[in-house]
Formats: sequence, structure tokens, C-alpha cells
Amino acid sequence: MKLRQGQFSFLPDLSDDDIRVQAQYAIDNGWAVSVEYTDDPHPRNTYWEMWGHPMFDNPDAAAVVFEVSECRKEHGGKYIRVIAFDASPGWESIRMSFIVNRPATEPGFRLVRQEDAGRVVRYTIESYAAREPEGARYA
Amino acid sequence: MDNPRPTHVDLAQSFHDSGVRDVLRELDKTLIGLEPVKSRIRETAALLLVDQARRQMGLATETPTLHMSFTGNPGTGKTTVALKMADLLHRLGYVRKGHLVTVTRDDLVGQYIGHTAPKTKEVLKKAMGGVLFIDEAYYLYRPENERDYGQEAIEILLQVMENNRDDLVVILAGYSDRMDRFFGSNPGFRSRIAHHIEFPDYSDPELLHIAENMLAVQNYRLDDGARMAMEHYIAARRTQPHFANARSVRNALDRARLRQANRLFNEGNGPIDADRLSLIAEADIRASRVFRGGLDMDKIDGDRLDVRAANRQAAAQ
Repeated sequence: MKLRQGQFSFLPDLSDDDIRVQAQYAIDNGWAVSVEYTDDPHPRNTYWEMWGHPMFDNPDAAAVVFEVSECRKEHGGKYIRVIAFDASPGWESIRMSFIVNRPATEPGFRLVRQEDAGRVVRYTIESYAAREPEGARYA
Repeated sequence: MDNPRPTHVDLAQSFHDSGVRDVLRELDKTLIGLEPVKSRIRETAALLLVDQARRQMGLATETPTLHMSFTGNPGTGKTTVALKMADLLHRLGYVRKGHLVTVTRDDLVGQYIGHTAPKTKEVLKKAMGGVLFIDEAYYLYRPENERDYGQEAIEILLQVMENNRDDLVVILAGYSDRMDRFFGSNPGFRSRIAHHIEFPDYSDPELLHIAENMLAVQNYRLDDGARMAMEHYIAARRTQPHFANARSVRNALDRARLRQANRLFNEGNGPIDADRLSLIAEADIRASRVFRGGLDMDKIDGDRLDVRAANRQAAAQ
């Protein structure tokens, strides 16, 4: 099951050129672009591992593509995303976020039902991948 | 999607449209002397224009190697030309942004193990889409210390110069003899750099011309006596140590402005008009210590200071 998180996730995977154009858009808007990776695909997992520092003063997006490919070399079997942080007052938050790399196989999520008092059922989801310990989740 | 390929190109038209002509004209106008450099830049521009046309017609696919080395004595305009070169490459579409990032060894080489690679990569990332200008590049390689981290920076540089040729252009600059030695011990660099441009020293009349241009930009001018003094100054300064071509001239002019301000202040009688404010007189230049034997004067002054300090110490005891 393909993970649908962030922008462009219903489109075919982005090529390096697509990534460059999108990152350049963010840079031209004055947002700091950074690269992050994780092997825990849970949608509420907002804090992914940082790959290097956010790029505050790179005028060209080639640097972003460079970092993405560096990150792929190390973490090619995990999820990698590019995010753009807007530091302007009032925003101070992420403006863009899109996945640029995903594992070869994505097992998807299972629905977990928890019986609670009074026949109440609580639902949650759990990634099949997350049953394995960190670092051993994807081939 | 693909545009149909043109069957013929008008080089003169693209020369005009790309704005290359403006850059070259500005180069001709603002840079004095440096004829071999200018002709090399014109050649490079022509090559790139032709290459661009070939690409439009589908004849060329590879990006040409544009890494360069600028060699020449201090103050011969290497940085200035690098700035122009970045502009030129930007207009021709070989770099996307056309900014110039100037670095030296300190910006690339770290201080402890594992510090160099991130530092170098950070600089390279900043320079992507533009031109990376490495001043005094030979300092990167220190043969006397085999554990020097410079080697690591060189390896990363070479790798990026090769793999990210579309993303950035690297210009190495430095004094001729040391750069030759640097290239000799790093053959990888020599083969990855296509354009070696040699910057000649300026002649005395050229330096005088440069001096007048520098002053004109700041709305100063020399009177006839001062021009003569400046000519003598340049001739005298050249024979003294640490002569740095245009940079020495600029420093001399800065000091002359200082003396001029001081003179006007001390004369200080009556109103001063714009003409007097912008005139550098002969005395302002003649007062330079270059006419009194040059920098060695410093040493004499220094000795005198030492004597004074010794006296003071003796008095204190």
C-alpha cells in the first residue's frame, strides 16, 4: 500500500528534476528546505530524523537534490521527504512537505481494535512494518 | 512536448539576445589592460555560444567542462574577472543563478576529524547554481603534513566537480608558481580544469589609468602635479616588497584621501568648495613613505618604538 502523505503523494513518484523545481519554488519564497527520513510511516509521526541541517542560505535547489541523493545512498530503503519551513512571523511552520523516496515494499497498515469498558471499541492503526525493531523494518 | 529543432541559428542574433555582448563590452570598458585575459574570455564566450547553438540543433549533449583556474600575481583582477565570469555564464545559461561564492582554505577545511567533509559540502551546496571561487587554492594541499585535512576537501571537490558539472563551476585562483606546484601534485585537478587563464602584471601607465578610474568612481580627481607624483609613486612602489598591482594602488589612494582630508582640515580657513573637496594634490601623494625608501621605514619606526619601550621599562625599574 503506497503511503499517501504530504503533497504530490497521489502522483507518480517525483523525478529528481521534479524535486528540483519544487524545492526551487520553496527557496524562491524564502523558505528553508530540509531533508528528513524515517522508517516509521505512521501518519502521526511528525518528527522524522533530520538529514543534515535545514538549508537556510542555498540559493539554488541543486543542493537539495544533492542532499536527497546523498540521503538515498545511506537510507535508500526508508521514507525520505523534503520539507520547506517558513520562518516568517505568523507562519513559523512547514509550508511544503513531500515524499521523495519510499521503500521497495510498503506493507501498509492494520486496523487495531481495542475493547474498552461498556463494549466500547477503540480503533487505531499500526504499520505492519513498525512491528519490526527500528532499522530492521524495510529490506 | 519537444520544440522542433531549428534548422539554422543566427550566432550574431544569439550573441546579442543573450546579453553576452553587454558583459564583454563592460569587461572591455571597466578592465584596463589584461589583454590576454580578455581575449581568453571572448574565446570562451564564443565557444559557449556555439555550444549552445549546437545543443539547440541536437548536435551536442554533454555540458562542457567549465572549471577554470586563474593564475597571476596579487591585485591583477582575478576576483573581479571571476565575478564577471559568473555573470557571463549565467547569461549563457550555464549556471542557473550566477552568484559568486568566494572561499579560501578556512571555509573548506575543518579543524578536527570529520569536520572537513560537512564543511566542504556546505560550501559546495551554497555555490550550486553559481560559481565557486577558491582563492589561494594551493593552500588546500599541504605536502609537509600528510594528515592534513586539506586532502579530504580536495577529494570532495573533485568528486562534485565531476558529478555535478551542471550545477556549479569552480574557479581556482592563486599565484602562478604555487598553482603550478599545486596542479603538479594534484593531477586530478589539472585534468578536470579546461581553462587555464594567466593574469599578467599591469604596466605603469595601466596602473595610473586604474588609479584615475578608481578616483573617478569616488568623485575625486588628480591635478597635474599629483598625476606626476602618482606616476613616480607607481614606479617606486613596484620595486619595493609586497607590491600587489591594483591593490597597492587602491591602498595608496585610500591613504592619499586620508592625507587630503587632514590637509583640508588643517588649512581650515574659509569655506571649501566641491572642487577643492574632490582634488587630490601633489603633496597628498608625495607624503607617502614609498618615496622615503618604502616599507623599511616601518622597521625603523618599529625599532624606535622598541627603544622607547625599553626606556620606559628601565625607568619603571
